[in-house]
Amino acid sequence: MSENKAAPTGDSPALPRPPRSQWRDVWDQFKKHRGALIGALIFLSILLGVFLGPLIYPQDARLVPTGRDFIRLRDMRPIYVLLWDSGAKVDWAHPLGTDNIGRDLLARMMLGGQVSIAVGLAAMALSVVLGTAIGVLAGFFRRLDGPLMRLTDLFLALPLLPLLLVAVLLFREPLKAAFGVEGGIFVLIVTLVGLTSWMQTARIVRGDVLALKEREFVLAARSIGTPPRRMIPRHILPNVLSPIMVSATLGIASAIITESALSFLGFGFPPDFPTWGRLLNDAVDRMQLFPERVIWPGLAISLTVLSVNYIGDGLRDALDPRIRGR
Amino acid sequence: MLNYTIRRLFMAVPTLIFISIVIFLLLELAPGDPMAQVPLTVPAEVKQKMREALGLGEPAPIRYWKWLTQIFWVEPLHLFDSLFGTNFSDGYQRAISWQTRSPIFDIIAQRIPQTLWVVGVAYVVAIVIAIPVGVYSAYRQYSLFDNVGTFVTMIGFSVPPFFSGVLVIVIFSVWLGWFPSIYDTTLRVTDWDSFLAQLRQMVMPVMVLALQITSQISRFMRASMLDNLNLDYVRTARAKGVSEPTVILVHVLRNSMIPVATVIALGIPSIFGGAIITEQVFKVNGIGQLLIGSIEANDLPMVQTLTFIFAVLIVLFNLIADIIYGILDPRIRYE
Repeated sequence: MSENKAAPTGDSPALPRPPRSQWRDVWDQFKKHRGALIGALIFLSILLGVFLGPLIYPQDARLVPTGRDFIRLRDMRPIYVLLWDSGAKVDWAHPLGTDNIGRDLLARMMLGGQVSIAVGLAAMALSVVLGTAIGVLAGFFRRLDGPLMRLTDLFLALPLLPLLLVAVLLFREPLKAAFGVEGGIFVLIVTLVGLTSWMQTARIVRGDVLALKEREFVLAARSIGTPPRRMIPRHILPNVLSPIMVSATLGIASAIITESALSFLGFGFPPDFPTWGRLLNDAVDRMQLFPERVIWPGLAISLTVLSVNYIGDGLRDALDPRIRGR
Repeated sequence: MLNYTIRRLFMAVPTLIFISIVIFLLLELAPGDPMAQVPLTVPAEVKQKMREALGLGEPAPIRYWKWLTQIFWVEPLHLFDSLFGTNFSDGYQRAISWQTRSPIFDIIAQRIPQTLWVVGVAYVVAIVIAIPVGVYSAYRQYSLFDNVGTFVTMIGFSVPPFFSGVLVIVIFSVWLGWFPSIYDTTLRVTDWDSFLAQLRQMVMPVMVLALQITSQISRFMRASMLDNLNLDYVRTARAKGVSEPTVILVHVLRNSMIPVATVIALGIPSIFGGAIITEQVFKVNGIGQLLIGSIEANDLPMVQTLTFIFAVLIVLFNLIADIIYGILDPRIRYE
């Protein structure tokens, strides 16, 4: 697709420069946004740490020690506590300490991060596909515009958090039976978050499609008899790609927050299956004694969301051709 | 204007009906049984009678209709009675909670002042902070103030309330001991000391909620100011020799407030949703906490009614936002 989208930016006859691809331009502009670049680096390192970390870090996130080990290994503090409390119970084998039944916190953070990020990506994909489909259909076919946009308005008027809580409660058991404990809740949360967050994308895409339909190249394509099923993938979708990419990025952030909020309220993943929100929820009761168990998962969520938001901000600037020249 | 308002009002009715159907049907699927707490020694036919007494024996459309009449007819009548001492509502069955077996709206009336108090103060604080911040960072775009402001709003956007709430508890009530970590709703403000205590326990929940709201509103304020600052009328005003504070605070601010006012109105219902989490963190027994408690206890009528109240709030404030826009921007009305 990048070949047929070679932008006419650099190839005016006065400039002998070779034509540059649009994505080079986008990348150059993206690099200028310092926050976005730092955000991308942080997000990449979180991804690497969470998915490749378990390969080099030896502890098992689900191992509950038994017997004397249980007493020895439980409630261990992070090693940095030694800085102000030399008598603290620490072990270099558990750099972030262990929880109240002796599971390693760093390993649980990695496992939890895998789940949180996977939920974020999958829910974002679902919501972007839905939002794009509805937006393109509403913008392209005038007959569908009224009903689909009315549907979008209705969805926007739903109280989402209460409905999510109720829906999790309702469908948890049947899906558990169908996909297993962890798979069921994963499918449930991804579906629910995806189904309740497509509206903004649909609205933005519809607006852009409406504007595109008036352009000459669409008229030209139509006058040579291009049917809609060819027109949409060939001419419409590539031109609404930038708002879709921006809302996809921001969608990851909101999906991660929603999942963590559900887990925090006790309506998400089961306790032996850590996500960042779940770890935070488990730790709240004893945060006076073990503040680190609250702070590390919370920092992980916040840092991920912050970096993703900055990436979205940078992408928005980079994909906007009016800003790109500057 | 009246015509426009009435048209909007009529458009809200089908939305509310759709939402009530969605909520009712969703809860229709729920596995909860109000007889789950009744001892096993009670015979099955007695349980069936008890279920019917709670109105469960009838088909779904009839129960839906009864629920709607309870919300829109019986409860307003009851409110009227209790206000004026009349007895129009005698003989009508009020909506009853399965958990407490008392009227749902009485419980909500007990809970709502705490929520309104915390949420309302947070919203006012947020607006008071956000508007000057947005105006100044647009006026000095890319200055140090603007960059710091953008970063802080980004943090307010990204740090979820269940983390920022817990974090301020760890810092201010565990380590520093300045504020209590639990919101005491039995506190009565009678003298100066109890007023101070009320103030101290409100600081943290209000700040956590306000941080989120401030970041949204100040971003909108900044963007809207930036759109207006380069327009021709601003140049005209400056060319006439109008002083700079008058240009910014009278000419530009008034025009930039048009979209921001609607954003403020639209944000109010989502704040009630966000307050669910904040209330859970600080143990405020408002309606958010009531919702969580009744979901956990399978109290379906309560969940149904509360969710519907949230939906009514959203539709209501959408309407208010539309009307505000119509008042502030006359071009909108005639479309």
